[in-house]
Amino acid sequence: MADQALLENDEPLLIADGLSKSYGKIAACRDVSFALYPGEVLAIVGESGSGKSTLLQLLSSQLAASGGRVSYRMRDGITRDLATLGEAERRFLFRTDWGFVHQDPAQGLRMAVSAGANVGERLMAVGWNHYGRIRDTASDWLTRVEIDTARIDDAPKTYSGGMRQRLQIARNLVTEPRLVFMDEPTGGLDVSVQARLLDLLRSLVAELHLAVVIVTHDLAVARLLSHRVMVMKGGRVIETGLTDQVLDDPREPYTQLLVSSILPP
Amino acid sequence: MNAPAYNFAYLDEQTKRMIRRAILKAIAIPGYQVPFASREMPMPYGWGTGGVQVTAAILGPDDKLKVIDQGSDDTTNAISIRKFFAKTAGVATTTATEDATVIQTRHRIPETTLGAGQVLVYQVPIPEPLRYLEPRETETRRMHALAEYGLMHVKLYEDIARFGHIATAYAYPVKVNARYVMDPSPTPKFDNPKMDNCAALQLFGAGREKRIYAIPPYTQVVSLDFEDHPFEPYRYNAPCALCGADNSYLDEIVTDDKGGRMFVCSDTDFCEGRQADGHHGSLSAAPYKEKAQQQETSNG
Repeated sequence: MADQALLENDEPLLIADGLSKSYGKIAACRDVSFALYPGEVLAIVGESGSGKSTLLQLLSSQLAASGGRVSYRMRDGITRDLATLGEAERRFLFRTDWGFVHQDPAQGLRMAVSAGANVGERLMAVGWNHYGRIRDTASDWLTRVEIDTARIDDAPKTYSGGMRQRLQIARNLVTEPRLVFMDEPTGGLDVSVQARLLDLLRSLVAELHLAVVIVTHDLAVARLLSHRVMVMKGGRVIETGLTDQVLDDPREPYTQLLVSSILPP
Repeated sequence: MNAPAYNFAYLDEQTKRMIRRAILKAIAIPGYQVPFASREMPMPYGWGTGGVQVTAAILGPDDKLKVIDQGSDDTTNAISIRKFFAKTAGVATTTATEDATVIQTRHRIPETTLGAGQVLVYQVPIPEPLRYLEPRETETRRMHALAEYGLMHVKLYEDIARFGHIATAYAYPVKVNARYVMDPSPTPKFDNPKMDNCAALQLFGAGREKRIYAIPPYTQVVSLDFEDHPFEPYRYNAPCALCGADNSYLDEIVTDDKGGRMFVCSDTDFCEGRQADGHHGSLSAAPYKEKAQQQETSNG
């Protein structure tokens, strides 16, 4: 059994191979290749316009690539090219085995329906048909992301920014995905709320053995959460490596600039 | 100037053929919303322009038409549509459910069980059951295509979370032929079970939204629910004040400003039929005595 698990961890979960995207003459993303393993957290850092978000959309197949391909190892253990999946399969993957945490929680949540229904939606989408069980699971998840269960029937529009972001995370994790994409999950939150959210994310990632691709311009977030870092500039990956290696001993001039621009604590 | 030269049933033949093609497609794919080139009708949107176009397309010279509005044969909407077809098609009209071959309805299904050979035409304001949950039409169409109906249960979940039970009382979503989720138009959920395995053909026309959908005879229609909160048809617990029926859908009529009210069948034909058969409710004596006297004098 342990061997089996080891063997599974040996195979990459997500493989990007020569991924490019261009809009006419503008190349938003050029020749990006990497492999992501189960339980691994990869941070994509870089300034605005460096192609981070485009890359994230390519990886999560929300955007069709101009070149290259993305493969994903499905739950049945077979690695498949995402471009060959039908739309139904892709959408099913997106709401079961994957999660996507948006920077703006309003994009990832239904702001007008209650928190319980927000968390329960994915369960109902995969055929759960028992109100009591859906509600129990939802309140269990609210507890895990440190939201008071007394607020389960309140709509997220009555929530604070930090609570909304935590609710969005609960909504994504309820189907126990293996891969979560995060687009600036701490953007727009104040520092103490950010710290709590990062803490929560770190423990959930470890507990659930999640693979995460996180896009951020905040190097502190990358340092806290990720195992590996990819630095992007002008649509290209210019440096990649272990987080502490890249951040403590940057090789490329641009990375050096990026690291040195952080205010000392 | 003589009488205006309308084509039979107002619409021109090409238009009727176009609508019939949409109807045939709708019957072939139960519950699927078929787009059609809805015409302007000589009545405002919301008054049954969709239902009228469907009726016009299927009406033949031998048909007998009944039109009901909230179950009643004698409200403005019902009378004017009935007159419209009496004038433009010259078809016979009736108020008796059993005698009608085509029944156009707004917000009710008749209490009398419909038989094979009858067609029930619904007027539909908003055909899309997912509309208030998902604003994008492109997205709702995709959801129908991929049978992604989790969102529909989100609405029912919200009802239970807020009110303790499924509080949706009309336009209660149904699944047709185990495939498409469909809005049964704003009929009370009391009527939902009548749609299941019905012997009559059921056609739905939405004029403003330009959609036609259908339930062929003897098709399975299931109301959505949760295992621990099953679907329950709602009916106010009282007998009809005029005919004493305890199994019909009731209208509440306010009779004074001191809280006085009476409950009567919303299906007027059903109620009158029962009264003619000698059934009585708590408030029914007077008007029927009158009618009986009238009959006596006319006979004598």
